[in-house]
Amino acid sequence: MNDQRDPIPSTLSRRGFLGGALALGLGAGALSACSTPVGAGLAGSTLDPGTVQYWNLFGGGDGVRMQAMEAGFEKSHPKIGLSSVTLAWGNPYYTKLSLATLGAKPPDVAVSHLTRMKTLQAADLLAELHPADLARHGMTADKFNQKAWKTALVNGKIFAIPLDTHPFVCFYNTEVCKKAGLLDSSGKLKPLTGEQAFMDALTKAKRVTGQYGATIAVINETATPWRIFQSLYSQLGGTPVLSDKGTRITIDDAKALKVLTFFAKLNSSNLMPGSLDYQGAIATFAAGRAGFYFEGEWEITTFQTAKTPFSMTKFPNVYGGPNGYAVQADSHTLVLPKRSGRSKEELDNSLTFIRSLLDQSATWAAGGHVPAWLPYRNSKAYAKLTPQSNYASAADAAVYDPNAWYSGSGSDFEIIVGGTIGAVMSGISSPQAGLNQIKQKLTVLAKTQPPT
Amino acid sequence: MTATTYVPRPAEAASADLSRTGRRGRRDDTRPGLAFLAPFLILYVLFVIGPALYGLVMSFFDTSLVKSGLGTFAGFSNYAEAFKSSDFWSSMWHTVWFTILTTPPLVILSFIFAVLAERATHGKWFFRLAFFAPYILPSATMALIWIWLYTPGLGLASAVVQKLGITSPQWLGDPNWAMWSIAAATVWWTLGFNFVLYLAGLQEIPRELYESSSLDGATPWQQMRSITIPLLSRTTTLVIVLQVIALLKVFDQMYIMTSGGPNFSTRPALEYIYDIGFTDYRVGYGAAASTVYFVLLLIVSAIWFIQTRRAERST
Repeated sequence: MNDQRDPIPSTLSRRGFLGGALALGLGAGALSACSTPVGAGLAGSTLDPGTVQYWNLFGGGDGVRMQAMEAGFEKSHPKIGLSSVTLAWGNPYYTKLSLATLGAKPPDVAVSHLTRMKTLQAADLLAELHPADLARHGMTADKFNQKAWKTALVNGKIFAIPLDTHPFVCFYNTEVCKKAGLLDSSGKLKPLTGEQAFMDALTKAKRVTGQYGATIAVINETATPWRIFQSLYSQLGGTPVLSDKGTRITIDDAKALKVLTFFAKLNSSNLMPGSLDYQGAIATFAAGRAGFYFEGEWEITTFQTAKTPFSMTKFPNVYGGPNGYAVQADSHTLVLPKRSGRSKEELDNSLTFIRSLLDQSATWAAGGHVPAWLPYRNSKAYAKLTPQSNYASAADAAVYDPNAWYSGSGSDFEIIVGGTIGAVMSGISSPQAGLNQIKQKLTVLAKTQPPT
Repeated sequence: MTATTYVPRPAEAASADLSRTGRRGRRDDTRPGLAFLAPFLILYVLFVIGPALYGLVMSFFDTSLVKSGLGTFAGFSNYAEAFKSSDFWSSMWHTVWFTILTTPPLVILSFIFAVLAERATHGKWFFRLAFFAPYILPSATMALIWIWLYTPGLGLASAVVQKLGITSPQWLGDPNWAMWSIAAATVWWTLGFNFVLYLAGLQEIPRELYESSSLDGATPWQQMRSITIPLLSRTTTLVIVLQVIALLKVFDQMYIMTSGGPNFSTRPALEYIYDIGFTDYRVGYGAAASTVYFVLLLIVSAIWFIQTRRAERST
C-alpha cells in the first residue's frame, strides 16, 4: 500500500519547489533588471545610458517637422540613440515634465516655451547650462536671436537654448486684397497704421468677400484673444500686466480700455466679429471668405495645404508709431531638466542633439517659426523662404507674457485674461466690465502665496 | 505489505493545540490571521492611510510641490480659500450634475437590459457579452473611442444627427453639450457592471412566483411591477449606492475627453484638485480642497448608510 501522505517518492516537497522557483525568478529578475524599464525603475539606474530621452509637445504640422528633424539627427549621429515622446500641448505637458523631474526620472532634453521655462527654473527643475559646455558644441550667445536669448537668461545664467520665436502675425488673402486695392506695386500688403486705416482695410476686404473682413479665433479659445490684445496694448506702450513675479497687477487701465473698445467696435461693425472658434476662423479664411486672418505663424502649413492664395506679414503696427512696434510672441526653447548624476557623456549627447536641431533650422523655419539660430536666420536661404521670412523682424519686437508662476503659454493667466478679452470681442462683455473682471480675477491669483 | 500511515505523535499534537488555544479553549486563529493580513496592511498603511494623514497635515500649510518640507504655516486659510473659491464650488457642482445625469440611465437602462437578456432564449451568452464588454475597457480606450465618435464633422454621432436633418452640435466643444456627451459615453461604459448585478438578482427570483401569478391571471406588466421590481429592491439599492459613490469620484473621462473644458465647464472636483495641486504646484491648498471634498462625500455616504439601515430595520 502506498503512503498516502507522501506519494511523491522524492525529497522535494511542494513548498520546497515553490520556494526554489521564487528564488530563481527573483535571481533572474535581478540579473536582467537594468535592461527593463521596471527593473531600471526599481534599481534607480538610467535606462539606455547611451540614448537621449527627448520630450516635446509638438503635434500636427509641427510634429511632422520635428519628427523629420529627429530622423535627421539619427542619420547624422548613428551612435547616439534617440527616444522621443510627444505629449499634449499646454498644462498637461508641463505638469508631466515637472512631476517627472520631481520624481528624478526626467527626460534628458525637453522642449519648453520660454515663458513657462521661467516658472520651471523658479521651481528649481532645470539644470544650469555653462557657457564652456555650450561653446564646446559651438553654441555661443552671439549665435542666437538676442531678444530671445536675453529674455531666457535668469540673473545672467543660462537655462534654455532658444530654438525659435513664434510671433502673432497677419495672414492675408492676396486675391481678395488685390481686388480691394490693399496691395502695393510689388504685391505686398500696404502698412496699416492707425485704427482708421485698419478698419478701412477690413471694410474694403469685406466688400470683396461679401462675408468677413478679418477672421480670428474667439469662441472656446483663450490664447488668441490674449495675443492680439497683448500686441496692440504693447504697441500703445502699456506697462506689463503683471509685475514682481505676478504679485502686483500693473495694467494700464486707459490703454487697456482703448484696445478693448477697439475690439468692441470691430465686433459691432461686423468687420472682425467674435463669433468663430479656432477651426471656424481657419476654415473661413482658407475658403477665401475673409481678407485677413490673425494668428500665430504656425498655421502657414494649413493654408498651404488648402492652396489658399495667401501671404503673411508682420501683424499691423496699428498704434506703435515708428519706434513702438511690438507684437506678442513666445519662443520654443530646449532645456535640460535637473537630474543628479548626469555624466559628462550624457551632457554632451544632449547638447549634440540640441545642436543638431539648431542645424536643421531650415526644416523648422519652413513651418513658419522664426529661427533663433542666427547662422541660418541671416542666410540667403532663409531670406528666399517666403512668406516665412516676411515677418522675421517681428522676433526682435517680441513681447513675452509677463513673468509669474501662473503665467506663460497655455497657463491660467492666459485662460483667465484671454477668456475675458474673448467675451469683449464677441460682445458678451462691455470693455469696462471686461477690464474689471480681468483685474478682479488676477487679484485673486496675485494675492496667492506663490508655490515657487 | 506494509501500511505506513501518518500518525501525529501525541506530544506534537498536544503542544500544537496548546500553543494555539486561547483562553476560551478554542483554536485562536488571530495571530496567523494577522500574519496573512500583514502584507496588505503594511502596504495599505504606507500608501493609503499614511499619505491621507500627511495630506491632512499638509492642508494647514502652504506646501509647494517643488519645495521640500511643509512650507509656511497657513492655519485655516487654505480651507477659507476653498470655501470662497467659485472655481472649487463650480467643479463640485459639475461632479454632482454629472452624477445626477448618469445615475437614472445607469440604473434603469441596466435593469431593462438585464430583463431582456434574461429572456433571450438563443444566444444568451452573446447578449451578456455585448452589454458587459464595454465595462472591461480602460478609461483611456473608452475615451478615445468616444472622442472619435464625437469628432465634429467626421464622427459617427455628427453623421447620424445630420442624416436626421439637424445640424450637429459640437459634442465636446460646446459648453452646453459637453457634459451630456461625457455622460452618454459613461453610461455606455459602466452599464455592464449594474447589468451583471441585476442579472444575478433576477436569477434569484423563484420561477414559481411567475407561474403562480400567471395562473392567477396577472399580466406581464403586473408581474414586473409586483414581483420583479420589489424582489430586486436590494439589488437596486446596491446598484444606486455603488453608482453614486463611483460617479462622485469621476476624473478620467473629463480629463481625457475635454481636459475639464470647454472653459472649465466640465471640470469635476477631482480635476480641480489635480490642477491646483499638481499643475499649479500648490499641494497644500489642493490637500485642503480634497479634505473638504472627502468630508462632503463622507456626509453623503453617512446619510445613505443611515437611510438603508432604517429601511432594513423597518422591513
